[in-house]
Formats: sequence, C-alpha cells, structure tokens
Amino acid sequence: MSATTSTDEFIKGLWRENPVFVQVLGMCPVLAVSNTAENALAMGLATAFVLIMSNLLVSALRSFIPKQVRIACYILIIATFVTITDYAIQAISVELHKSLGAFISLIVVNCLILSRAEAFASKNTLGKSLMDALGMGAGFLFALFCLGAVREILGNGTLFGLALFPDNFESWIVMILPAGGFFTLAAWLLIFNAINERRGTS
Amino acid sequence: MKSESLWFIFINASLVNNFVLAYFLGICPFLGVSAKMETATKMGGAVMFVMLISSICAYGIHALLVALNAPFLQLISYIVVIASTVQLVEMFIKKMSPALFRSLGIFLPLITTNCAILGLALFQTSKGYGFVECVVYALGAGVGFTLGLVLIAGLREQLEFAEVPNTVKGTALTLLIAGILSLTFMGFSGLGG
Repeated sequence: MSATTSTDEFIKGLWRENPVFVQVLGMCPVLAVSNTAENALAMGLATAFVLIMSNLLVSALRSFIPKQVRIACYILIIATFVTITDYAIQAISVELHKSLGAFISLIVVNCLILSRAEAFASKNTLGKSLMDALGMGAGFLFALFCLGAVREILGNGTLFGLALFPDNFESWIVMILPAGGFFTLAAWLLIFNAINERRGTS
Repeated sequence: MKSESLWFIFINASLVNNFVLAYFLGICPFLGVSAKMETATKMGGAVMFVMLISSICAYGIHALLVALNAPFLQLISYIVVIASTVQLVEMFIKKMSPALFRSLGIFLPLITTNCAILGLALFQTSKGYGFVECVVYALGAGVGFTLGLVLIAGLREQLEFAEVPNTVKGTALTLLIAGILSLTFMGFSGLGG
C-alpha cells in the first residue's frame, strides 16, 4: 500500500504537478541556463541534488525547528547545500562552472526548493519527502531538458555539441538569445495547455 | 572619465543588460505582480530600495569576508543580510505608512526570494565594483527592474480587453509578451558596446 503512495508522490512531480510547466516555479534558472542541452542538464541535476538533500534535512528536523523561524532555517539549510554544489561543480568542470556562472549560487532563491520545504517536507515523513523531492527534481530536470534541447537544436543546429544538420542549415540565433527562452517556454506551456484541455473535454 | 564610466554602469544595468529581460532575474514577481500597473510600480519601488540597501551591505560583507579569508560563507551571509533587510523595510513601512503596507501585502516578504537582489549582490562582487559603483549599479538594476515590470503591466492591462483563445490565456501569454519585449530591449545593445 505504502509503495503505491510513494510512487504516486514521484509521478505527481513528473507530470501532474510539474514544477515548471504546471506550477510555474523557479523560472529564473529555467530561462537563463537553458540555451544548450548540456547546461540545462547540469543545472537540472544541481537543482535536483539541492532539492533532495534539503527536503531530507528539513523533513528530518521538522519537529526541532520552531515555527517562527522556520523560513530562515530552511534558507540556511538550502544555502549550505548550494555552497557544497557550487564547489563540487567547480571541482568537476571549471568550464561548466563558468558557463553556469552566478546561476548556481542563485539556486538558493529558487522558489521551487523553498516551496517544497515549506509545503511538503515540513509536514511529511522522511521517505515521502524523499520521493517528493525525487519527483519534483526529475520534473524540473525534464522541463529544463525540454527547453534546452529545443533551444540548442534550433539556435545552434546541434545537440550536446554534435551537429545535427548539414552545413547549410541557417541557425536561428534568436533562440539562444534571452527572447528565445521566453518564446520556447511559452510554446511548451501552450502544448501542455492544449493537451490538458483536450483531456478535459473528451 | 569617472563620471562617464558611472553613467555607463547605470545604462548597462538598466537597459542593455536589463535584469528581467536579459538576465532572467526576478521572473517570479515579474509574472506574479505584473497584472496591474499600480502594484507593479509599488513593487518596483520596494525592490529598488531593498536592492540599494543590500548592495551596500553586500559590499561591506565582501570586504569583511576577504579580510577573514572565508569566501565560502559568502552565499549564506548574503542571503541572511537580504532577509533581514527585507524584514527591516517591512517594519519601517508598517510604521510609516500602514496604507502602503496593506497594499503591498504578501509581496513584501517575498522580495527575499527575488533572485534579482541576490544576483545583484553576486554580480557586483564578481565584477569587483567599488563603493560608488555598487550604489550606481544597484540603482540602475532597480530602475531596469521597475521599467520592465511597469512596461509589461501596461501591456497586460491592455490585453485584458482583447479576445484571446483559452489555451493561450495566462502564463503563456505573459511569456510571449515578455519575449517580444526582450527582443525590443536588444535594440539597446549598441548603447553599451
């Protein structure tokens, strides 16, 4: 019985309550670093790691944190894990660290993480919080990858740095520029809306 | 020479590299608070004020952390300073003008998680700005944020009267407008060089 509920928590984050497409949370990194699939993937993984770790810790400490100062405690927990992630990425690949820039540090103020800590982890058991964080993290990663892949394919004609088209492909520079991020996300939201609407009417 | 470069920093932060439309910072309030012109203006003012104060504080903290040789504490101390600045502003506004406090409502505490403010503190540190440059940079960023917010609020108010298919309504429409606005702001890119 408990197995089905925990898979439910996982699936929920992936599709029905997808943090990006449905809840529209944590938009800043989604738009900013999704100009290539690789950046998007790295950012998604970093965010998922912070999300999982902070959800676990918040859930474990939920009976010790006083109600009045809980938000400050959550932010401190999140900031600690973000600092760890920041140094870890720098150690793994200096190049990646450079291209993600300040946005690794900005995971601290990603509303997705704080909202999961406040709305879910502070009220639920360790196992459930883990599944919730895994689902949300996966959903975030999936959304980021959707955006990054589209923007890289159209803007550069490549995917993970490999050329997809013959040389005469005219790349859409606008897709890598900030405006392209807005347009791509709007297009994905439209697709999601259309699917949900069709489901609702049938 | 000095004044020219300060002017350049200001233009750069407010128009060329607009925080909302070029750096994607502070998108959450940008999408959430931009439905009405009036709230957008007030939100912009509050954010600008917090930016100014936290930028000055971040400058001091950075100097202190360099002296203590503890750069890994940067992120944590910045976020604590921003959170307490917001708390301070909240108390100040509550005391001085209860009417304004009520109209800002929930958006005031939410400034804490506005990435534009933390982003500003991080950028000014990585660019190595001095004290005066920090203040000008914060002012420029605040003006740019307010400008973006007010522009999009005006557009959204107009769109209230337009007939839009149900599928497009909501966030998708706002994002489309933001994209077009971002394209127009690219026209400023020649200014800074």
